[in-house]
Amino acid sequence: MTHWPFLSLLIWVPIAGAVPVLLAGDRRPQLARWLALLAALLTLAVNLAMLSGFDYHSATMQFVESKPWIPMLHVHYALGVDGIAMALILLTTITTVLVIIGAWQAINSRVHQYMAAMLVLSGFMTGVFAATDALLFYVFFEAQLIPMFLIIGVWGGPRRVYAALKFFLYTFLGSIFMLLGLIYLYLKSGTFDMAAWQALPLGMNAQTWLFFAFLLAFAVKIPMVPVHTWLPDAHVEAPTGGSVVLAAVMLKIGAYGLIRFALPVTPDAAQHYAWLVVALSLIAVIYIGYVALVQEDMKKLVAYSSIAHMGFVTLGLFIVFMLIRAHDGDAAQLGLQGAMVQMISHGFVSGALFTSIGVMYDRLHTRLIKDYGGLARVMPWFAVFMVFFAMANTGLPGTSGFVGEFMVILASFAASPWLALLAAFTLVIGAGYTLWLVKRVVWGTPASSKVEAMPDINAREALVLAAFAAFTLLIGIWPEPLVKLLDPAVNQLVQTLGHSKL
Amino acid sequence: MISTATLLAIVLAPLAGAILAGLLGRKIGRTGAHSVTILGVGIACILSIRVLYQLVWGGAPAYNQDIYTWFQIGGIGANVGFLVDRLSAMMMVVVTFVSLMVHVYTVGYMADDDGYQRFFSYIALFTFFMLMLVMSNNFLQLFFGWEGVGLVSYLLIGFWFKKPSASYAGMKAFIVNRVGDLGFVLGIAAALHFLGSLDYSTAFAHAPSLTGQTVEVIGGHPWSAATLICILLFIGAMGKSAQVPLHVWLPDSMEGPTPISALIHAATMVTAGVFMVARMSPLFELSGTALSVVMVTGATGAFFLGLIGITQFDIKRVIAYSTLSQLGYMMAALGASAYAAGIFHLMTHAFFKALLFLGAGSVIMAMHHEQDMRHMGGLRRYMPITYATMWIGSLALCGIPPFAGFYSKDAIIEAVGASHVWGAGYAYWCVLLGVFVTATYTFRMMHLTFHGAPRFRVDPHAGHGHDGHAEPGVLTHAPHETPWVVTVPLVLLAIPSLAIGYFAARPLLYGGFFGSAISVLPAHDVLAGMAAEFHGPLALAVHSVATTPFWLAIAGIALTSYIYLLKPTLAGTISKALGPLYRIVDHKFYFDELYTALFARGSVALGKALWKGADAGAIDGLVVNGSASLVGRIARRARTLQSGYLYHYAFAMIVGLILLLAGFVLVPHA
Repeated sequence: MTHWPFLSLLIWVPIAGAVPVLLAGDRRPQLARWLALLAALLTLAVNLAMLSGFDYHSATMQFVESKPWIPMLHVHYALGVDGIAMALILLTTITTVLVIIGAWQAINSRVHQYMAAMLVLSGFMTGVFAATDALLFYVFFEAQLIPMFLIIGVWGGPRRVYAALKFFLYTFLGSIFMLLGLIYLYLKSGTFDMAAWQALPLGMNAQTWLFFAFLLAFAVKIPMVPVHTWLPDAHVEAPTGGSVVLAAVMLKIGAYGLIRFALPVTPDAAQHYAWLVVALSLIAVIYIGYVALVQEDMKKLVAYSSIAHMGFVTLGLFIVFMLIRAHDGDAAQLGLQGAMVQMISHGFVSGALFTSIGVMYDRLHTRLIKDYGGLARVMPWFAVFMVFFAMANTGLPGTSGFVGEFMVILASFAASPWLALLAAFTLVIGAGYTLWLVKRVVWGTPASSKVEAMPDINAREALVLAAFAAFTLLIGIWPEPLVKLLDPAVNQLVQTLGHSKL
Repeated sequence: MISTATLLAIVLAPLAGAILAGLLGRKIGRTGAHSVTILGVGIACILSIRVLYQLVWGGAPAYNQDIYTWFQIGGIGANVGFLVDRLSAMMMVVVTFVSLMVHVYTVGYMADDDGYQRFFSYIALFTFFMLMLVMSNNFLQLFFGWEGVGLVSYLLIGFWFKKPSASYAGMKAFIVNRVGDLGFVLGIAAALHFLGSLDYSTAFAHAPSLTGQTVEVIGGHPWSAATLICILLFIGAMGKSAQVPLHVWLPDSMEGPTPISALIHAATMVTAGVFMVARMSPLFELSGTALSVVMVTGATGAFFLGLIGITQFDIKRVIAYSTLSQLGYMMAALGASAYAAGIFHLMTHAFFKALLFLGAGSVIMAMHHEQDMRHMGGLRRYMPITYATMWIGSLALCGIPPFAGFYSKDAIIEAVGASHVWGAGYAYWCVLLGVFVTATYTFRMMHLTFHGAPRFRVDPHAGHGHDGHAEPGVLTHAPHETPWVVTVPLVLLAIPSLAIGYFAARPLLYGGFFGSAISVLPAHDVLAGMAAEFHGPLALAVHSVATTPFWLAIAGIALTSYIYLLKPTLAGTISKALGPLYRIVDHKFYFDELYTALFARGSVALGKALWKGADAGAIDGLVVNGSASLVGRIARRARTLQSGYLYHYAFAMIVGLILLLAGFVLVPHA
């Protein structure tokens, strides 16, 4: 069973699937939709099939593939996954299916191109998570910008060109530094094999330069304060599906990059500058929380909320260094697990929130909070989902939103009660901006007769929202399966980070 | 033996009812919705009683088992499991019994409401979360139930979501509770950090190791770890149990329908903090500082928040402030290490306060949803059952022997008086004078509602206008007694309000009822000292006639009777005479005004400043778009260089050549 090139299938089935979707053409949108759904479902099926062959006790890369690609530079087409990558790939394949169903009616122009772009995007993102060769990683990392750039630029809102360019340039700027770092590491080691780099001895000076190159590249992607301002613009202009993929999967690529490069390749520099990332993460939680509070555009509010929630991811990743210094291995694992669970959870919760906003936007064509109100009466089933996802966003126990934040807060306390206090402030400010949104949109009376006429969600929308809700609830009630999937890889990473390269 | 299946049934039966009523509400209809939820809660109630019976009379050992692993990371495990000893079993019975009464009552109270099924779904869901809270054997599940009841409270306060004040009150309740939960979650983290486990029994077993452990929260000032854990946990209790200064959400929660005011905001959820502190007694016993904080906070609320009740005219708000005051009593008892007395008062209060709220709801129904007592009066003739049961509730609340509240409140006052922790002197005065305050607001309410001449008018033609909003105090038909679904729960709650104190005082307070569920250091054990003085409930009731609390209560009743029955104008004269003092109390000590200015408006202003100033201004305006326009400007300049005119290029070449030569000549050669 392991002889099958499963990971290649995950990458190339959706990309190959994009070809017939494109061929369906502008005249046959329904065919394009079904073909796209078929390709996405096929990919998901392959991914689920992999789970049965996955060794939950091993920290080594599994489903490994390797072929020389550019022999002159020792570049390989090398793929492999551990628990961390597997979890993120699952998030990608699931999200892709839901996004394609979600766009069924919302996208009316150039359906075939939109669907094809989504499939290609899905393949490239999986490639990022599956690559074990740094240059291959870089190629996928850059390549996935293109379909997203198109999705925002073609199907986006009125300021889509500004937003798409801002998104592209921001990310691109960061990735230049990453490329420099990769070239340096290649010259130093003679290989692009990421595993080899983890074992490569590096002086503090080199580590510091590399660390900041990687940090800059990935901080933009996550995004961390202060390089976050592209995200609200990109979300506001992106079509619903673009926002969902952006929030659910793409932001995780940044954190994944930190896990694969900044942490294990430059552990001493990361240890030395952990305070900086921890500080920026806490700023993200608190400062962005306040900014989210006063947003008038729902998408901007959720975008800012995303930045605050991703702050917990970077906090969890870097609090680990403080805990390793304090020889608290259990708490270090807890912090790292928290970061990972938060990523997966945020994928579902923010994806669901953007889908919900899309449902409203499709009916009223406005994203302004003040244009809504009273949806609990007009769209009762929608209101149920909306309140549920809002509660997940505030980290209510029983939803996935709680699990990661809880773990990170517990771990932070072991490092310092003050850090935990600042992180836990999300309980208050997160509830503040989310419930105020709910109060103005869901409760109260309809703002206009147009709101009054909004029909409740149809079966297709209910299916998408219910799927998101099921994952949110499942992880919230029983996170152990996810934790188990991640455990060996997380454990090994904590071990690696404990060993100085100096 | 208590079986896992029984406990699972207790928890899951209300949940199943909630899911059925919530998701299939339209299919199963109104009758279906109330049937499934009443059935679910009924099963939970009967089984809970059976569990309590097994523990107390059947000799069954306490149940403590994990059901499933929530996560296991390294040595840190989090599970879902049950700890059912006498403390939790008693809570289970109180919760399910009051919940069942409220379910039945709701059939009548919400009969005309569009959201009938939704309401039943919520209150059954609430019962599920509350049971998860009290039955938990670990901090994680405790927090799950804790926040879960907060969620349902939010949904129920905002139940009439079309009313802006209702959805605002719901949001306020949730956010203020979250401030408490911020402390609570840190307390859980502290417990895990210092005690090494989220499981109660493991954590408590390590509690002795806390002695001598310190933590420097502020540099140079070592705190005892036990104090840190306990104060953080208590901040959570302050939110949920509405202690000063986090009490502000509870009066506003009266926006919700009256049945939930009885169930959630009087009998069960708000006592979760009291339950939690009692459950954590092995930890609180280690920190005298924490006990002082608990006692002083509780006693302050017991007196000062009770005062506000005297100035209110909304019948539900009077009872709400009464609840704040009584929660203060319970906390004060815990601070005196008289955990059993606190829990005893929790139980008696659950019965008589639920009774008072449901009675008030019955009055509100009769008055066509009028809640202002200034438009009531003389209702005793119209609704005798409500009137009689409200009397029982009121006497219990005032602590008149031999009603239930007498035994529990008397124990609290005596325990606080006997306590030696810092602040006990102040606390004693608060709880003692609180008795007078309690009697005053209670009988002010009774007189304004039931006695004297009616201050409403019956006019069959009023309120038939299109908007349906009648003039206040004008009813379309005379008030009448409410249907049996309303009065039967009143009667069933009146029985324990009357008698439970008499029967439970000895075992609960002095009989070691709670066994190992509550642990008290011998040095703190005030109840042990009081046991020597206790010669049975009857003797206590008789003896009480010679004590100060009894005469304080009588004084309150007498004073209000004189004012409201004989000299109705006197009330206004007194409030005018007190001037600024009255205004301060009438404005609830200005907490709401302060919080609105500081936290609500302040946060929005801060958010706007950060957004416009830092995010859109500094980062986007200066750095991002600034660098983009800088590139643009450089490019525009650079573009002029490539003009395409040959003479420009030739000129540039010449200048360049001259500079190069000049440099070559001027710079000295190495």
